[in-house]
Amino acid sequence: MAKVLVVTSGKGGVGKTTSTAALGAALAQQGQKVVVVDFDVGLRNLDLIMGAERRVVFDLINVAQGVAKLSQALIRDKRLESLWLLPASQTRDKDALTDEGVRDIIADLRTKFDWVICDSPAGIERGATLAMRYADEAVVVTNPEVSSVRDADRIIGMLDSKTVKAEKGEQLKKHVLITRYDTGRANRGEMLNIDDILEILAIPLLGIIPESQDVLKASNVGSPVTLNNAASMPAKAYMDAARRLSGETIAMVVPSEPRRGFMGRLLGRRAA
Amino acid sequence: MDSKVEPQRQVMRLRGRSYVAFVFSPFMPIMNWLEEIDATLAHSPGFFVGRPIVLDLSAVELSSRGIAHLISSLESRGIRVLGLEGVEASGLEADLPPVLSGGRGCLVEHVEPQKVEVQTPPPVSSLLLRNPVRSGQRIVFAEGDVTVLGSVGSGAEIVAGGSIHVYGALRGRAMAGINGNSAARIYCQKIEAELLAIDGYYQTAEDIGETLRRQPAQAWLDGELLRITPLN
Repeated sequence: MAKVLVVTSGKGGVGKTTSTAALGAALAQQGQKVVVVDFDVGLRNLDLIMGAERRVVFDLINVAQGVAKLSQALIRDKRLESLWLLPASQTRDKDALTDEGVRDIIADLRTKFDWVICDSPAGIERGATLAMRYADEAVVVTNPEVSSVRDADRIIGMLDSKTVKAEKGEQLKKHVLITRYDTGRANRGEMLNIDDILEILAIPLLGIIPESQDVLKASNVGSPVTLNNAASMPAKAYMDAARRLSGETIAMVVPSEPRRGFMGRLLGRRAA
Repeated sequence: MDSKVEPQRQVMRLRGRSYVAFVFSPFMPIMNWLEEIDATLAHSPGFFVGRPIVLDLSAVELSSRGIAHLISSLESRGIRVLGLEGVEASGLEADLPPVLSGGRGCLVEHVEPQKVEVQTPPPVSSLLLRNPVRSGQRIVFAEGDVTVLGSVGSGAEIVAGGSIHVYGALRGRAMAGINGNSAARIYCQKIEAELLAIDGYYQTAEDIGETLRRQPAQAWLDGELLRITPLN
């Protein structure tokens, strides 16, 4: 039974696309057949993060409008057999998407994959509402700071009212994924801590992704972080989150502050 | 014995009584009019069976034979004619129904199945929300109280005609007693509200005392003063 998962946040720049790529790759690495779908029509990024930007011929809009077949637009990942990408169009805008077009594509993808992961654009307008429209589950990405938490709260409200599942009176499963978490700063009160975020959002926690250079490094080489450096902290956190999505129970690890060596302690803090 | 036996005279008593009869007014050509009758019968067969029917012939000019023919064609449709109207009694054959006069129009009542009275529930005076109210959501309930089983997010808004009860943190805006109900109150388990208002008197987050923040509290109107006091 295929699952349609939307990765959304409301606020931009919190790590939706990075998380879509990482979770998609992690699920594929765990043996699932996965397609990641870029809904950010006009500002596509997922193809870059996936390292497939040179292979895009047809896109989501072409398929929605019947110009191309779904099989022509799907791009298979070069590293993982069971990972596919359906790119967005860069030359169009979100108005080119129609409800019926999205419905048909999602229904088609359901028959071919175990997981359909929709990368939502930022905002609460058409693009974002269409990305979540046919979802069974949602991953709400947030950073540990107030504005992104409030926007996440807004998006949760929309997930509970604007999706087909919600309109049928069913419960859409929602998870919060906290990204760019820095334990040290949270402990010093410079960031919201995990409990604050969970208390405000009141939905289950899927994972905590630590702030790390590895994420940016992976993006720059066009590779999901779980593939680029599987031993890194964020990669491990994403792998755990993907297992939780599959229904496994895995203890939550709050990323600890990296230990500094003696010299690091001496020279770690630069004088202001 | 001379006796005269008076024959017992039976007094015949005549009483008048009025009945409601359907009046048919045929028009020319008769064939078309009969088709209309047939159409009515197709809709509701047996509609005229057993009902008194009077033929008003003022719109048509028919001979005595013509009238007899018309009556027999109605009879073949199960319609029995009780009397005639709008024709001279003289010159009509004796076996035709009698000519009536002095008819008064009246409303023919259709007996319709009695409508079952729908029991309207008493007007709702409170609204229960089982889920948290999220940022950007706006709940307006002018008819009475609003109860939220969960938190009210920052950027959410609750507007109530009566009181507002929040079983969770109140981080958004709450406006109670909007229809001039100064007795309305706002209760919450954790006060972090952006704005509280009762009957138009309001306080923003800045006015709420630091000691109260994050505590269970209630807001109520003391004259023209909005007071926020801790619960328990």
